Amino acid sequence: MKLRFVFTLVGVTLLGSALLVVGAPPAAGTIEGKVTYTGTPPKMKVIDMSKEPGCQKEQSARTEPVRYQTVVTGAGNSLQWVVVYVSAGPPSPATPAKQVVYDQKGCEYIPHVAVMQVDQPLEIVNSDQWAHNIHPMPKVNPEWNKSQPPGTPPITTKWDKPEFIPVKCNIHPWMHGYFVVLNSSHYSVTGSDGSFSLKGLAPGKYTITAWQEDFGSQSQEVTVAGNETKTLSFVYKVLPY
Amino acid sequence: MGKTFTIVLVAITVVSAAFFIFHGQLLWLPEDVSVHGPGIDHQLMETMVGTGILFLLGQLVLCVFVWQSSGRKEGWKPRTFPGGPKPMVISAILAVGLEILALSFVGSKVWAGMYMNTPDSQALHIDVQAGQFAFYFRYAGPDSKFGELHPEKINQADGNFFGLDPRNDVAARDDVVTATMAIPVDRPIQLTMHSQDVIHSFYVRELRIHQDIVPGLMIPLHFTANKTGRFEIACTQLCGLGHYEMRAFLEVMPQDKFDAWLKQQESQ
Repeated sequence: MKLRFVFTLVGVTLLGSALLVVGAPPAAGTIEGKVTYTGTPPKMKVIDMSKEPGCQKEQSARTEPVRYQTVVTGAGNSLQWVVVYVSAGPPSPATPAKQVVYDQKGCEYIPHVAVMQVDQPLEIVNSDQWAHNIHPMPKVNPEWNKSQPPGTPPITTKWDKPEFIPVKCNIHPWMHGYFVVLNSSHYSVTGSDGSFSLKGLAPGKYTITAWQEDFGSQSQEVTVAGNETKTLSFVYKVLPY
Repeated sequence: MGKTFTIVLVAITVVSAAFFIFHGQLLWLPEDVSVHGPGIDHQLMETMVGTGILFLLGQLVLCVFVWQSSGRKEGWKPRTFPGGPKPMVISAILAVGLEILALSFVGSKVWAGMYMNTPDSQALHIDVQAGQFAFYFRYAGPDSKFGELHPEKINQADGNFFGLDPRNDVAARDDVVTATMAIPVDRPIQLTMHSQDVIHSFYVRELRIHQDIVPGLMIPLHFTANKTGRFEIACTQLCGLGHYEMRAFLEVMPQDKFDAWLKQQESQ
């Protein structure tokens, strides 16, 4: 009698937990959309790399000349390199913070904008055959400036506080990029079509912010319920010249 | 002992002088490509010959003294300069001063030709900016007018190295900024040089131009190149961590090629 009771109890518990696992997956909402502009964006100049003949040679092999990347536009007035992130909202399950790689190749920063979380490991690589110096210019985090001759091991570092950090190379003054350090684990960088997608959001009310290095930030509020996909669009008004 | 030392002294003098004499030329400079260059080379040559002769004479006198003084008995007193050390120092300063004055006088014409004389009215004006760690060059563009400089607008991220304000300044809109200095051959060139941060130096060996760029100053200089080619512009003032990488290239080309080059730069 006693034994039967125990078996039943165990059976019910097992069944119950199985039901819980199958029946209640964590709600994961999605916010997606596009970043565009209205008006006339500044025309980006072609980069003159004649100071570093090696880079010039490497870049001249490309079909499209390399331009400055302060404002990169695409078809349908889309804006590239805009960081869209959750600036406020219910805590969502964090995505694993694996290493972010920032490469210096052909006298360019790849990617132009690298997004990472606070304390997420960042690896800076020099893939070129000549020296670069990497000079992040933060205001809140400590500033540093390191030389990275060809063949030296990657520089591994991290940032303690959230900040938009401009990065430059003093040897090649046209090299310019950004480290975007966020508190949020949910962010997206727009591609050439201006689209972004924030996945795995718990239900709740969110503030979504878009940041562009030249045009600044703008925010919108949006409520996500359950597994739904919400669409957001950000539009930057650009003055000519 | 003194006599051995004399022989060593003579050997050092002869060997060091021989390096210069048997090199075939007194100066180790590359071929000159500028109109004013021969004047500079002449001045350098004169300085080299003058100081060379003084060096040889000085060493010789030293050898004679050492030879004479060796083996002297104790209690021997050397003859001193008449009137003691004071007149000796004064006459040395006078002698060196006269020499420097004479050299400056001889060279002043060449120097004035680059810095003081009015440049040719047909001169091509190029604005040169030095900053850690690159040179940038600005051409006035089709309107022949330079836009004003606004240092607070300098933004390397979008290539505004000079701090131009095309939004409000019409003259700045067609200014051409390049990282290579291209110039037409046989045409007077006028440079205005300025620094964005620390002291840099503009050095082109083949042009015989070596000019410090001091922050806060607009330094004018004019010259004419008379041979085509590609030459290095090097910074020769230790200006920081990337100093060794601070250089640009000078391209001297025929006028028609230069026009095509400038047109191509304008289109970018």
